[in-house]
Amino acid sequence: MPRRPRFRHGVHPPDLKELTAGIPIRRMPFPKKIVLPLRQHAGNPAKAIVRPGDHVERGDKVGEADGYISSPIHASAAGTVEEVGLWPHPDGSYATAVRIAVEPYSAQAPRPRIIPDWPGLSREELIEAVRQAGVVGLGGAAFPTHVKLAPPKDATIDVLVVNGCECEPFLTADHRTMVEYPERVFTGIRIMMQCLGVDRAMIGVEKNKADAIAALEAARPDDIYVTVHPLTVKYPQGAEKMLISSLLNRDVPSGKLPMHVGVIVQNVASVATIAEVFETGLPLIERIVTVTGYGVRQPANLIVPVGTKTSDLIEACGGLTPDAKEVVFGGPMMGAAVANLDAPVLKGTTGVVVLTDDDCRPAESYPCIKCGHCIDACPVFINPQLLGSLALVERYQEMDDHHLADCMLCGCCSYTCPSNIPLSQLFQAAKAALRKSKAA
Amino acid sequence: MTSPHRLITASPHLGVPDSTPKIMWSVVGSLVPVIATATWIFGPSVPLVLLAATAGAILTERAFGRRGSLGDGSAAITGVLLGLSLPAGLPLWMAFVGGAFGIGFGKVIFGGLGQNAFNPALLGRAFLQAAFPVAMTTWPARTGSWWTLAGDNLAWPFASPLVVDALTGATPLGLMKFEQVPTGLWDLAVGTTGGSIGETAGVVILVCGGYLALRNYLDWRIPAGIFLTVAILAALLQAVDGVRYAGPMAMLFSGGLMLGAMYMATDMVTSPVTHVGSWIFGMGIGVLVVIIRYWGGLAEGVMYAILLMNSLVPFINRATQPRAFGARTRLQP
Repeated sequence: MPRRPRFRHGVHPPDLKELTAGIPIRRMPFPKKIVLPLRQHAGNPAKAIVRPGDHVERGDKVGEADGYISSPIHASAAGTVEEVGLWPHPDGSYATAVRIAVEPYSAQAPRPRIIPDWPGLSREELIEAVRQAGVVGLGGAAFPTHVKLAPPKDATIDVLVVNGCECEPFLTADHRTMVEYPERVFTGIRIMMQCLGVDRAMIGVEKNKADAIAALEAARPDDIYVTVHPLTVKYPQGAEKMLISSLLNRDVPSGKLPMHVGVIVQNVASVATIAEVFETGLPLIERIVTVTGYGVRQPANLIVPVGTKTSDLIEACGGLTPDAKEVVFGGPMMGAAVANLDAPVLKGTTGVVVLTDDDCRPAESYPCIKCGHCIDACPVFINPQLLGSLALVERYQEMDDHHLADCMLCGCCSYTCPSNIPLSQLFQAAKAALRKSKAA
Repeated sequence: MTSPHRLITASPHLGVPDSTPKIMWSVVGSLVPVIATATWIFGPSVPLVLLAATAGAILTERAFGRRGSLGDGSAAITGVLLGLSLPAGLPLWMAFVGGAFGIGFGKVIFGGLGQNAFNPALLGRAFLQAAFPVAMTTWPARTGSWWTLAGDNLAWPFASPLVVDALTGATPLGLMKFEQVPTGLWDLAVGTTGGSIGETAGVVILVCGGYLALRNYLDWRIPAGIFLTVAILAALLQAVDGVRYAGPMAMLFSGGLMLGAMYMATDMVTSPVTHVGSWIFGMGIGVLVVIIRYWGGLAEGVMYAILLMNSLVPFINRATQPRAFGARTRLQP
């Protein structure tokens, strides 16, 4: 009997996807200004190659990759470079960004191909094209995709896993991508399978996206071995280790990566983007963003030029409601609140969720009553109750001994804590402190 | 575009609707049917004793606890549970002292909610048992009108009892242990026997605790472990000597076992945090209850069984740590 596709533990937050799940993706108008931070991906920030006054066309490179684990940045609209300088970044800091005044009367027409079409390209040429197109993981972490497509020689990859779980509440960008662009998903899978040299691909989709599963099944080609797998609706189904456990019943060892068990996981939006890049010949300059939450007037899934300011994006969705309280980049479980709405959408921005007073967690917290609910929730089977009490007294080294490194900050423990102890936040701080002490 | 009113908090931005005060007050609320049944059985002494014990607990928390800690409801639980574990005829001042001791020395002295090693209500009861052994084992027989106060409720502190020659009954466990007289199962289940206020109506406690377990406000593994262990051991012993040892059903529904298993042992603070730990904890209590009841000097053993296992909780927690995901997995070479 086949094993039920599931992982152990996890939580069941409210779905909240009904705000946007049924709304087709639309394109937002070009904003007046585009802000392109040079740090939008994991690894080294890009290096600016334009100067104030330069004219850029849509798709022109404005930042060059700095090293192998890095990615180039491209202009997402035609215009004039105003300044290269510090600007609010969604992570709360100020980071170097290329600011472009968008030409108001430009047609923003697509230019001749920058990226070649893919049929006939060799594996190396494909990976180089993906690198030149500035493709990074669109699921949030923004890890450069060309690095993932070229795993080290000693790792043997046999399966490509496409992550269509979208287990975060509120977000529906991946969902709509699968419903509206299933062919792109499969083209992207073909390209990635060729890069990786694997002959097996699996798409995992949570069962609450029945229309996405149906659309994928209808578009599924027969000449490659790719299957669509409906998965239990549970957070964090979309975490790499959980997804691999659900689909393949393989446990990624503690401290190792999916490639160590022969798997490469790619977010479904990244896969579709790879196809789109080769289809249009334009690099990654726009992405689908879910703008949602009860604090925004007209929730929507939008095609957004990378670098659009949050304020412009929210304006395109009818603006904030009077009770809007917190603006979150990403999903409500792992996303970060942004303080400054001048901060732009990045390549890795899956959604902008505006929460109201009613949605936000209460501020007061109580002492730990040792109910153990966090232990029952933790998908990586560490003991948040113990780690939390160690974090409060800053015993970080002991936390390290108790597998803090395995924590992926999914937030299940904080979510389920009746005493409202900010466990996830404590662990994030502890990880940062440990990194600092190890570097020193 | 910035707004001074914007909230900046760490993820996750959503949370379960449960909160610690909600859990605590739910426990208090779930005891209402138990209190009602006990009042029906024992008369107006019940609310008086409960109020006295709760007043002792709450006033002590208010005086020595952290500011605002009354609102979390944990002191109220201690008071009510302590009251339910006392005889209906206990002088009210003793109930008050028990509540004060339970909170003062059972909780506040450790640092308040979440820090205590022992169940505060049981610690209060253990103190009363040691200080006033006669009053704590005087079970008023139900005589006359329902309105009559049981025993010596209104005795002045440290004075001789008002009614020296009150009629007293015996508990089913006492009868069994010292006189080998069994009590009918029906009487045990509905609570029309001698005993502490809240320990007699086994079925009602079972239902109320079951409601909490369904809401995940108590860990069902602990009472399940206790019940299974006690039932199995009692069945085995009854097979050995049916006259001396009561059977499993009589064991489950007599004494403080129901109240202890459902409400005292499952106190989140003083029970293990892991599932395996909960089973070990429950089974440990079950074994101790049987040992104390059958071979100890006392007729009743639930209180000491739970307190003893409370002291082992840190060790149980340590021994049953979850194993990190993928920590066992070895890579194929």
